[in-house]
Amino acid sequence: MCGIAGIINLKEPIPLSTNSLGRMTSCLRHRGPNESGIYIDDWAGITQTRLSIIDLFEGTQPIHNENKNLWIVFNGEIYNYIELRRNLIENGHKFYTLTDTEVILHLYEDEKENCLNKLNGQFAFAIWNSITKEIFIARDRVGKKPLFYTIYKNQFYFASEIKAIFINNEISRNIDFISLNQIFTFWTTLPGRTIFKDIKELPAGYYIKLKKNLISINKYWDFEFANSNNEINYKIDDIAWFSKELILDAVNIRLRADVPVGCYLSGGLDSSGIAAIVKKNFNNELRTFGIRFEEKDFDEGEYQREMVSNLNVNHSEIFATNKKIGELLPEVIWHCEIPLLRLSPVPLFMLSKLVHQNGFRVVLTGEGADEIFGGYNIFKETLIRAFWSKFPNSNMRPRLLERLYPYIFKDPKSRASLKSFFKLGIENPNDPFFSHIVRWQNTSRIKRFFSEDISNAYQGYDPYLELKEILPKDYFNWDSLSKAQYLEMKIFLSNYLLSSQGDRVAMAHSLEIRMPYLDYRLIEFLGKVPSYFKIRGLNEKFILKKVYKDIIPQNILERPKHPYRAPIRNSLLKNNLKYVDEYLSEESIKKLNLFNHVMVTKLKQKLSQQNEASEFDNMALVGILSSQILSNIFIENFHSKLIKPETFNITFDRRTLIESEATAITTK
Amino acid sequence: MEQIENLKNFVVNNFLFGKSNLLDFDTDFFEKGIIDSTGILELVCYVEETFNITVKDEEIIPENFSSLTKLNNYINQKLNHISEVIKKCAV
Repeated sequence: MCGIAGIINLKEPIPLSTNSLGRMTSCLRHRGPNESGIYIDDWAGITQTRLSIIDLFEGTQPIHNENKNLWIVFNGEIYNYIELRRNLIENGHKFYTLTDTEVILHLYEDEKENCLNKLNGQFAFAIWNSITKEIFIARDRVGKKPLFYTIYKNQFYFASEIKAIFINNEISRNIDFISLNQIFTFWTTLPGRTIFKDIKELPAGYYIKLKKNLISINKYWDFEFANSNNEINYKIDDIAWFSKELILDAVNIRLRADVPVGCYLSGGLDSSGIAAIVKKNFNNELRTFGIRFEEKDFDEGEYQREMVSNLNVNHSEIFATNKKIGELLPEVIWHCEIPLLRLSPVPLFMLSKLVHQNGFRVVLTGEGADEIFGGYNIFKETLIRAFWSKFPNSNMRPRLLERLYPYIFKDPKSRASLKSFFKLGIENPNDPFFSHIVRWQNTSRIKRFFSEDISNAYQGYDPYLELKEILPKDYFNWDSLSKAQYLEMKIFLSNYLLSSQGDRVAMAHSLEIRMPYLDYRLIEFLGKVPSYFKIRGLNEKFILKKVYKDIIPQNILERPKHPYRAPIRNSLLKNNLKYVDEYLSEESIKKLNLFNHVMVTKLKQKLSQQNEASEFDNMALVGILSSQILSNIFIENFHSKLIKPETFNITFDRRTLIESEATAITTK
Repeated sequence: MEQIENLKNFVVNNFLFGKSNLLDFDTDFFEKGIIDSTGILELVCYVEETFNITVKDEEIIPENFSSLTKLNNYINQKLNHISEVIKKCAV
């Protein structure tokens, strides 16, 4: 788990600046504080800063093959590297480290891009061929590890985080208004885009091949679902048994590390199940970590305590006060590099700090279970709305929504009107976005806050059309739950949860998170399981509950689902936060010209005066404030010159053309 | 006319944050995404407090609360009903 970066000449050998590469690497130091290295020749410079987890003493990157013509920098973990290594040795490969990094390199030597199909893990890596002048860059199937790139004046820049690219002052830093539109629709950008105009993200499940100025970007994997013709025909008990075996193995291989591995424990089904499996099967000394909230509505302490007592684990927790959540938002935006519509990443940022302070570099989490086993309310909402759409005038069918959202239906006064809210699109159940249209249309209302210039800039742009273009052909043959799962995983999981609530806030404190539920074997298996096994009636995650039936307490198994959220209005507007007033001031709003200052002032007034804030108003507040913060820290006041170049622990310098500027590289 | 303008001002200020060009008297609050699931309760509270009327649960239906015109008509009916009751009591 690390940070990687590089600059590749596309047209001719231009002297590469080790100073630039050193400063790019320095920006990523939080991702890999243990050591760093660089390979540089006349065409390419690639660097890595390392969080050592496997082969702590000999794994310094870049790593090369036997002939020293292939060089790799790698961020992530390959969990099946032991088995792959054995096969490669049998095939005659010679290893000089015990790392998974070297396994990728030799596998690539043998199989080129097909090597990706054999890797089970989370990764973003770059392999430079110094003979053919070709670079191969790939990202894991689901998007657990980030990789950004841009092309400027015949040079290709890539890095694990955008700030490392921006450290090169010549790269322009501008907000992409289309991306802003997407974030205020889908809660994140669509695959490939970032909030910045000239910076692209390599989508999950894709690789890049780049040889001089020939670039190709290809997909090697995607989420797939079966239809009635090709779904598996197992009994439910067999499906649960098979799922359990896959989860056990996914956990087992994710415990491979030369450092201790802990677990996040929220008190929900997913993380409780993982912690129980680890404790009962693999590690009796398990350490767990959890979040507590000052506000009761958000706190799951009761269930955490129950699990801690049941498993008898050594548990540590952070206490997320509203004030602390509010104070930390700017720092979290610095790490997430995207506007947010909720504050949920902030407590996770606090939690990773606690874990780091306890001397841990790796934790397992329950991320991904809701997506693959069918746990989210939006899935059940889709099933209810599909059921309702068959008799749109029914009064009884929409009342099922009351069971789903008891907290918003708690006031009987709103019942009839809420029906109208959820009725949006009900007449067209075959719409490809039937499952998400209510959520997206509601979120899109925030775009009314955009300034006139921003609204004009994307006029005529339809985010749904762009999304339609990336849907796989088979999508239209899937049932409504599978479609909803695909959208949720392709957009929200890959581009928001795994980054802003995953890698970015964990790596901010040099912590690697590993997600057993997102083992591709489990994803692929569940993609073939008929939807009616996933949600029975309105009983979500039916299969997973069967898996854990004898493993975790009944109370945890049957508890109502508690969405993980963090308080917004009380965190941002009730703690006299100076930065909030500054960023939402008329002067600041006018200066950045992203939003209409009159509307923003009215929103702030309304939220300050009322006792309770609506979901929409809260979302608008975070969206506007985080966009303002992001524009300020990455565009207006980006202090690139203040970052000093990395002092590398290892250097492979094969240049014949030497830059004129002074370098700051030391050689081991 | 003044009453419906006041209603419009409330909706514009609270749900559209001043953007009045998005709202006509007949614009459907739900179809156009002007009021969401929680916003309807804010509107009901405003109507009850401003016009000193009690809104019954069964009256909070799209026929009464989905546009300014419908809301205005509903309030007028309620107020008329109250004044008739008062007259009868006086007689």
